[in-house]
Amino acid sequence: MSEKIVFCKGGGCTAKLGAGVLERVLSMLPKGEADPALLVGFDSSDDAAVYQVSDDLAIVQTLDFFPPMVDDPYIFGKIAAANALSDVYAMGGTVKTALNIVCFPESADLNILGAILQGGAEKVHEAGGNLVGGHSIADSDVKYGLSVTGFVHPKKFYKNNGGNPGDKLILTKKLGVGIICTAARVGAASEAALLEAEESMMTLNKYASEILRSYEVHACTDVTGFGLLVHLHEMLGGKLSARIFSSRVPVITEAFIHADEFLLTAAGQRNRNHVGAQVDFGGIPFAMEEVLFDPQTSGGLLAAVRPDQAEEAVKRLQGAGLPAAMIGELCEKDTAEIHVE
Amino acid sequence: MKFVNAIGDACPIPVVKTKNAIAELGGSGTVETLVDNEIAVQNLEKMAKQKNYGFFSKKLEEGKYRVLITVGEEDLAAEGQEEPEYENCTFPVQGRKKRLVVAVNSDVMGHGDDVLGGLLIKSFIYALSQQDVLPDTILFYNGGAKLTCFHEDIIKDLQEMQERGTEVMTCGTCLNHYGIADQLKVGTVTNMYDIVEKLTTADLVVKP
Repeated sequence: MSEKIVFCKGGGCTAKLGAGVLERVLSMLPKGEADPALLVGFDSSDDAAVYQVSDDLAIVQTLDFFPPMVDDPYIFGKIAAANALSDVYAMGGTVKTALNIVCFPESADLNILGAILQGGAEKVHEAGGNLVGGHSIADSDVKYGLSVTGFVHPKKFYKNNGGNPGDKLILTKKLGVGIICTAARVGAASEAALLEAEESMMTLNKYASEILRSYEVHACTDVTGFGLLVHLHEMLGGKLSARIFSSRVPVITEAFIHADEFLLTAAGQRNRNHVGAQVDFGGIPFAMEEVLFDPQTSGGLLAAVRPDQAEEAVKRLQGAGLPAAMIGELCEKDTAEIHVE
Repeated sequence: MKFVNAIGDACPIPVVKTKNAIAELGGSGTVETLVDNEIAVQNLEKMAKQKNYGFFSKKLEEGKYRVLITVGEEDLAAEGQEEPEYENCTFPVQGRKKRLVVAVNSDVMGHGDDVLGGLLIKSFIYALSQQDVLPDTILFYNGGAKLTCFHEDIIKDLQEMQERGTEVMTCGTCLNHYGIADQLKVGTVTNMYDIVEKLTTADLVVKP
């Protein structure tokens, strides 16, 4: 692919608005009349909305788009689509239909747009969904993503805050892709690390989600722009605390090197500002702290699983080639919300 | 003392530029970095803390923060300390100084002969760089966008002014229009909102 996307700024999920800012705005929105069929709306900061259609069917709706975080438009298309589709998987659903959302400069090379859309379409098909349309806007910068609709059983979907004390926390992808992409932008990342990050971001959470369905999952979310710790904070819902075993957290190792060189994103710092005060870091190295705050584009699933099933679930995830690990556990609410050790 | 202008730069560029300036100090000294958002200040502070550098920051105005990072023995940047004076320094001092914006809308200066116009614009930028008080911002749009991509002499002068605190901004739409967006050699890319804001909030706008 010779065409490159010009102006690869801080793309991907690093381009998200900060969680703190967002909460303030959303809390001020007028609430419409309560609809009993709406099982999950945006008041629980969940990954996607769930609307019950019948006794055994609910639809999952979600939307995600962002600016490029890699230069290759085809790879960007795949990553943006995998990221958008992921919210359905975080709810335990299956993908049915998807619509493209595109911002593209009028004067730019249309082959680039073609490559982006091709990458996206391939991922929708891999997900088993249908690409059924889209909407495009002429804009100064490239942005791409999908609006996705999926199906889920109204009693079996994964809320992001349904965990119990004792549940084991499973993470299905490595952390560090935000730092690697940031380092790549200033020419500091190795090719191998960038390839690993791209490969990880392009991987659908479909496979992890399908495996987890065989186990009792009490809470599940996908780790994206808010980084592991802010997504975990949302999972705790003010009712629980959690312990993270930092040595077990899967990380693209080169991210530590770049974190120690302070090749850090603004989004990572916003994540730190948002929940840093509630985290007891237990003396872990600075680079590990940064990795735990690192905004992930198309990150893995973070699931709270029934304790006696977690080990087997991790084995099956690993058997499917995923870098999954049991990284911690939920516990009763404590002085610090998150203990890292 | 080294100056870094990281206005308009997204993280981690302010940190990268500051680290380079610290490396250029080759030992102890102070680096002053201008950034346009608080998160960038915090990312610089994290670095200073980890490296045991002195750190001082101050919000100068909306969208403009000054960060001082001190390396080595003298820890002048300790929190709460008076900010250092810059008496004999051409760096734009906040407060009484008028905001001067230069708007370059063509790759030539004046009408008549474009060969002459090309020479004139080159010497205009050079003469501008030799002034005691530099402009706060130099905007390049329409044909002006070619200068920040291709004109080596002008790029060099602009880089020097940038080191001394001048913002150099080129219109992104214009770069895209000419198909030279990947050729930009100096300064940052901007948009019409920024251009309008710069022009309407300036005390003085100069067009060559």
